[in-house]
Amino acid sequence: MTKLITLTIDGHPVEVPEGTTIFNAAKQLALEIPHFCYHPKLSIAGNCRLCQVEVEGARGPVISCRETVREGMVVRVNSEKAKQVRKDVLEFILINHPLDCPICDQSGECKLQDQYFNHSVQPSRMHLPKVHKPKAKPIGPQVMLDDERCVMCTRCIRFCDEIAGEHQLIMRERGDHSTIDVFPGKQLDHPYSLCTVDICPVGALTSSDFRFKKRVWFLNSTPSICTGCATGCNIWMDHHDRIVYRYRPRDNEAVNQCWLCDPGRMTYKAINAATRALFPMKLVGGAYQRLEWNDALSQVKEVLKSYKAADVVGVLSAQASNEENTAVKRFLEKTFPGLQLFWTGREAMPEFADKILRDADRNPNTHGVQALTTKRLDAQVKAKVLIVLGELTAQDLRLLMSIKPEVTIALADQLPHPEWAHYLLPRATHAEQDGTYVNRKGMEQQAKMAFPPKGESLSAVAIASKLMEIF
Amino acid sequence: MTFVLTKNCEVQNMPQLEVARKHGAYASLEKLFARQPKDIIEEVKTSGLRGRGGAGFPTGMKWSFVPQNTGKPIYLVVNADESEPGTFKDRFLLERDPHLLIEGIIAASYAIGSHTAYVYFRGEFYRQWELFEKACAEARAAGLIGKNILGKGYDLEIYAHRGAGAYICGEETALLSSLEGGRGYPRIKPPFPAIEGLFACPTIVNNVETICAVPYIVREGGAGYRKFGTEKSSGTKLFSVCGHVKKPGVYEVPLGTPFKSFFKDYCGGTNGRPLKAVIVGGSSVPVLTAEQVMTMTLDYEAAQIAGTLLGSGGMIIVDDSVCAVEALADLARFYAHESCGQCTPCREGTGWSKKILDRLEAGRGEDSDISLLLQLADNMGGKTICTFADALAMPIRSWIKCFRTEFEDHLRLKTCPMKIGTLNSIRSS
Repeated sequence: MTKLITLTIDGHPVEVPEGTTIFNAAKQLALEIPHFCYHPKLSIAGNCRLCQVEVEGARGPVISCRETVREGMVVRVNSEKAKQVRKDVLEFILINHPLDCPICDQSGECKLQDQYFNHSVQPSRMHLPKVHKPKAKPIGPQVMLDDERCVMCTRCIRFCDEIAGEHQLIMRERGDHSTIDVFPGKQLDHPYSLCTVDICPVGALTSSDFRFKKRVWFLNSTPSICTGCATGCNIWMDHHDRIVYRYRPRDNEAVNQCWLCDPGRMTYKAINAATRALFPMKLVGGAYQRLEWNDALSQVKEVLKSYKAADVVGVLSAQASNEENTAVKRFLEKTFPGLQLFWTGREAMPEFADKILRDADRNPNTHGVQALTTKRLDAQVKAKVLIVLGELTAQDLRLLMSIKPEVTIALADQLPHPEWAHYLLPRATHAEQDGTYVNRKGMEQQAKMAFPPKGESLSAVAIASKLMEIF
Repeated sequence: MTFVLTKNCEVQNMPQLEVARKHGAYASLEKLFARQPKDIIEEVKTSGLRGRGGAGFPTGMKWSFVPQNTGKPIYLVVNADESEPGTFKDRFLLERDPHLLIEGIIAASYAIGSHTAYVYFRGEFYRQWELFEKACAEARAAGLIGKNILGKGYDLEIYAHRGAGAYICGEETALLSSLEGGRGYPRIKPPFPAIEGLFACPTIVNNVETICAVPYIVREGGAGYRKFGTEKSSGTKLFSVCGHVKKPGVYEVPLGTPFKSFFKDYCGGTNGRPLKAVIVGGSSVPVLTAEQVMTMTLDYEAAQIAGTLLGSGGMIIVDDSVCAVEALADLARFYAHESCGQCTPCREGTGWSKKILDRLEAGRGEDSDISLLLQLADNMGGKTICTFADALAMPIRSWIKCFRTEFEDHLRLKTCPMKIGTLNSIRSS
């Protein structure tokens, strides 16, 4: 059993296990000591000096991120002395800072802005030319560096070394000319490079993808799940006006801690894509024609009337939520009792997998769909009618060509290409409906609806219930 | 005249092993191996030898901190990254008597139980490094380095490593980071190197001069070494004297020598102009005015009483032709250039101080500049991982304290009064 240590922080006694840092002890009192370089998942650098606190008996202020507690220790976080130290450190950080907040993408979610307004708010005493450094320098396919805004906390360097396992970022030069950089001829291109943007407390590292797309204070954040692979990383889906702008990792110790891979983040683009299926459609002479929902439903009913259950094959999707799969399955089994049910999803990609987050199975709900049907769509399938939930892969399409069903009905959120579905019923994406997904560890996780479905699309649950009503 | 360190420094071809042996090099090894390592540590404790790199920490005590039963190797690292402005005493030893250093390394390594020693050379010390490598090769061929030294069953390998020319790598933990192949960033202490140093193993980092004093202690005993110096500052110390002085150079004197006589007898006084100030122990220690320095003796305690530090012993003599603001601006330029950039207060504070001082010297100072500089010194000093920021904070405080009127003159006259003065004197002559 670990020994418990009692200390006082700002007059409040607190009991913590031996070896706890002052920073974490203060956290127990809901006291967040301001900091830049400290990050719970990274090694202690102790270089920003913002988290310095006053400790009775110590020679000077001590860094709370590193100093461990001692019995009877008296710590002051909000004494005049400690406050002054924070002011002084912030003054130093700001003397060479460009203060280009109006054109800085981090503005609004910048820790330096927050710390300044919370702990300093004093006018600058620096009336001399500032040090200039590179601005808007792409250091990798996803990340842009603005060196003047950098506070040299080295979080990004430590992240690459310690979490991503790729030594791609370095500190160059010395003193106030220090700059973050990549090695000559190399770039920041490991698949977790955008995590450096997340942990950058200021606007030094920004996402090339998100840059200048939206002021962050306009964004709404909805808790959701990344559908890029079976890991099911927890995310914040940042959106405005029914457009998704970015994914950010949402803390979940059991799944993704506080990280998210680059390809996963980019999957948001499918939600906004121009190829989204927004209206019910019918294939006429090789092209899709828009239908009214009522016409579409009655035409589907009309077409399906002449087929027996043995002619019909239903395909569920590892891309869709449990709710959607269940609803579609229930409709199919009620309407065509005894029909064959298969599931499909993106093909496995062993080279996608790594030991950090990414899984070879690039479907968010393989476990969930397998609980409903164990048969994966394969060449043995014989069907006159195919009712498909979600998208088909290239492999599935080849299969489809070989079996040549007489009628294919798709509940898809993207326009099928090539045009393989005779009827297309537009399905809402995971951003537009609540849904649960079972990840590779068997954990069922919920993605919340961020905004109502676009166009006339509906969640597959709603489509299934509409079909249920008319059949 | 006392010679613990520089006895053979004037001998021709002393770096050659043959010559060195004729003059008694490696004579201490017989005595060394006849005794237990812990006895050697005791002897060094008795000697009262203190670290000559600047901090003056008791060497024997430092050695006794090394844990012996961790199962990890123990390293000795010799700090030859002598970069403090005004300091060139280690360079003298390295050039004149490299075998003395090797002998000291053998003794120190034996005492702390190390079988691997590194010598970290300042990047610019190419010639000295080459000389040392040659001396090592000769010593190795003579069985003084390597396996089973002199048949006594003790193994030691010495590696010489050249830095890339950064002042900060003279800070012991930055030196270790650099030696490991990393960026020369100081590390947070504790853990101290004696517990967790090079490659996370127990490590003793000592200055060249400190190690060079060890053979004498082994030979003559701690009490023999104590014959020199004062009660608390025992032994002799090298002072490298430069600036406006008749006889600049490296001098070995017993600690406790009065500055006044040292300055007159050894250095021959100034070049003719009145003495203005003295930096006693390398650029980072507080400056003393002529009056202050004349009453002090050269030892750690007296230096402290006088309000400065003995530091590395890099003595800079400043006569009255020097403008205090310009001198401080020059120091600030060095520290702004050499700050490693790790901690915020030092990274930004050194550069800012330099800019303010430049502006002050150019006559464009603002009224608040003097108080701002003093505040910056307080905001930097003691608030960072290593003491680099203090190395500028101390000069800022002391130069302003000693020569405040000069700083105020710059503000009032909107130019450097010394420059006007110099021009006038040229015109009149």
